[in-house]
Amino acid sequence: MAELFTLPVLLGIFYSGIRLATPYLYAAIGETFAQRSGVLNLGVDGIMLMGAYTGFYIAMKTENLLLGLLGAAAAGFLMGLLMAVVSVSLQAEQGISGIGLNLFGLGLSTLLFKVTLGGVESIRGFQPIRIPLLGQIPYLGDIFFNHNLLVYGAFLLVPIANFILNKTTFGLKVRAVGQNPQAADTLGVNVTLIRYTTVCLGGILAGIAGASLSLALINLFQENMTSGMGFIAVALVYFGGWRPWGVLGGALLFSFVNALQLWVQVKGINIPSDIAVMMPYILTIIALTFSGRRARQPQALTKPFERGEN
Amino acid sequence: MSDLLPTGHKKIEEMRMEGIVKRFPGVLANDHVNFDVKAGEIHALLGENGAGKSTLVRQLYGLYRPDEGKIFINGEEVVFHSPKDSIAAGIGMIHQHFMLVPDLTVVENVALGLPSSRGVILDLDRVRKRIEVLCQQYNLKVDSDAYIWQLSVGEQQRVEILKALYRGAALLVLDEPTAVLTPQEVDDLFITLRRMAHEGHALIFISHKLHEVLAISQRVTVLRDGKVVGTRATEGATKTELAQMMVGRPVILQYEKSPLKMGDVLLKIENLVVRGDRGTDALKGISLEVHSGEILGLAGVSGNGQRELAEALAGLRPVKSGRIILNGVDVTHASPSVRIANGQSYIPEERMKDGAIKDFSVADNFILEDHAKTPFSSRTFLNFRNIRQTSERLVQEFNVKTPTIDTPIKNLSGGNIQKMILARELSRKPKVLIASQPTRGVDIGASEYIHQRLLEQREAGTATLLISEDLDEIRALSDRIAVIYEGEIVGIVDGKAATTEELGLMMAGIREKANP
Repeated sequence: MAELFTLPVLLGIFYSGIRLATPYLYAAIGETFAQRSGVLNLGVDGIMLMGAYTGFYIAMKTENLLLGLLGAAAAGFLMGLLMAVVSVSLQAEQGISGIGLNLFGLGLSTLLFKVTLGGVESIRGFQPIRIPLLGQIPYLGDIFFNHNLLVYGAFLLVPIANFILNKTTFGLKVRAVGQNPQAADTLGVNVTLIRYTTVCLGGILAGIAGASLSLALINLFQENMTSGMGFIAVALVYFGGWRPWGVLGGALLFSFVNALQLWVQVKGINIPSDIAVMMPYILTIIALTFSGRRARQPQALTKPFERGEN
Repeated sequence: MSDLLPTGHKKIEEMRMEGIVKRFPGVLANDHVNFDVKAGEIHALLGENGAGKSTLVRQLYGLYRPDEGKIFINGEEVVFHSPKDSIAAGIGMIHQHFMLVPDLTVVENVALGLPSSRGVILDLDRVRKRIEVLCQQYNLKVDSDAYIWQLSVGEQQRVEILKALYRGAALLVLDEPTAVLTPQEVDDLFITLRRMAHEGHALIFISHKLHEVLAISQRVTVLRDGKVVGTRATEGATKTELAQMMVGRPVILQYEKSPLKMGDVLLKIENLVVRGDRGTDALKGISLEVHSGEILGLAGVSGNGQRELAEALAGLRPVKSGRIILNGVDVTHASPSVRIANGQSYIPEERMKDGAIKDFSVADNFILEDHAKTPFSSRTFLNFRNIRQTSERLVQEFNVKTPTIDTPIKNLSGGNIQKMILARELSRKPKVLIASQPTRGVDIGASEYIHQRLLEQREAGTATLLISEDLDEIRALSDRIAVIYEGEIVGIVDGKAATTEELGLMMAGIREKANP
């Protein structure tokens, strides 16, 4: 155990903890918007896969990472749009349509992967950028200010999302629509439009979350490479009490434990690796059980809106 | 007189609806309705539940589109596609169920959906200042920064009025605004409404309570079965007259009650503490005794623990401490079936949620409690012949209007569903009856019938606990009246001697000085 508490290892754990939080943050912040407006999108994982594949394929063909990222966002948008059509306009059961969307994303990304790529290839993804001055701070500079673009983006997203939700007219509409869509409707708020916007935004961010894997963290695409990260993201939204800062806390906790267990394996500490891999997930279950924030849950979550019903 | 309101918005001198027809599947909700209201006037719209009042004003507010007919404002025809259009035309609506977002503050609720002076960024300070100005102008008291869930029902209603005023409502529709208020809150509301009329607003006041209509309006239009029965000046109208217009036949406004024959205590509640949905104590040590042959009315404003009490008595909500003695048996922690077996019947507040299974037939709903007993079944198999016979008899006896006993209960009107539940519960010859809001949302005809049945039950020696937010109902039926406020009994008064004012004060939590 002692070998875990050396300075380089601790630095390593913190550094990877922050890095690993990236995809969860994009996906969970996106999901936060959707859920705050009353739509539970369980298809996040499938959207991430589509984003990861599309981003990777475009980046590889064009040798332009930003184009790849844009492609991932576009793929996420289309997947989000599909979810919105099914769950908002057609008012399908949200849980079921989300699972459907997830399986669709898994199947389609696998198919496209096999047809267009055939085998696993890797690319040179987004590289770390050391931020001037801040990056020179001993230790902290290495932990916080020596990351790639997508990591910075993910952490910037938290205050931005918080600001949008709490300080803008759009955010007020989102919160109202998720709590009492009838009330919002009677004040002339377009409930359908708001929900489409948040679900599509959630799709875009989930697409970017996928790209953060294939273009920045792992730099390759393979079948089902998210292995359920999207579902963890959904859990993080609950854990974070539907608030961006809470989601950040959850994402960091989860990814730190994840980083810890990786280092446990790297250092060959005598814990069966299967147990080590389980640690973050067990922690998630425990945390969700005890977070007890049901009261904060948007009242209209999973409920389709129909005008005139009270 | 200026053609602007104090809010700086344009007045609506006259709003006219002509020949409005609205059909829903199987129902003609509005049948060529003509209705108008003028600036400075309070025009009451009176009618039974289901007469088409709400449907009519929902078309004015853009929530429904009329199938036929036209709407004119200041002589010009207008078409509303959504509430947005009607808000823009200066129409505001206070809905029967408040349209507020509980987790937002008052300011946020007012600002919702409005453009901000700072573009996409909210400008709540400005909104707060304007709210203060409006509050002064119209003499409303509201804490702008409180969350809606922290406010009393009366305060929430004021927020609704503010919302409408803030949006420049020149014409305000109030859909059953008094249903949830204490008598004193009603008085406050009326002061505000008169003030608004005086300032040049046009107001439409929807109600089925005759004395309120008489007290507040200048004109009254009565709707029945979707048609206008008549429009007349309120001055000189009487309750009896309006009731007859509303129902279409003479109505009993006062019941004949036989003298009280009070017997043993059949239901005894001792220091009952029960948790509410929010985890806090909804009942804080309540004690009540209900005797054979009496109706004990439990009055109170909605949300003061009535629902929790009814559910605890029915065995649907766990008891934290205290005791419930039913007919001499301690049933504090007993299951509903034990209570039923000990002679308790229960008429729940939400008939579709707790009282009936909506996709089941009338006959199946009749045997929900007793399906495992003779004569409805023998050990394993249901005895359909007996079930049908009993159902047919009960439908007859309790005057339930249903095409057949195989009709799904959801196709019946609220009044008839309630009669079905009443038939099921009373045919079991209960010793104790818990009746929670037995006539809420039920038309006058059915209410009258239900009240008569409850009085018959009283004569037969049943101990009845009548939980109701309708003070008229409580006063008409109860031998004694207990008032509940924030989970405690404020006091118990004699049913005959109690005045509305006295009860109203108690409902607001002010303890009576006199002896019980």
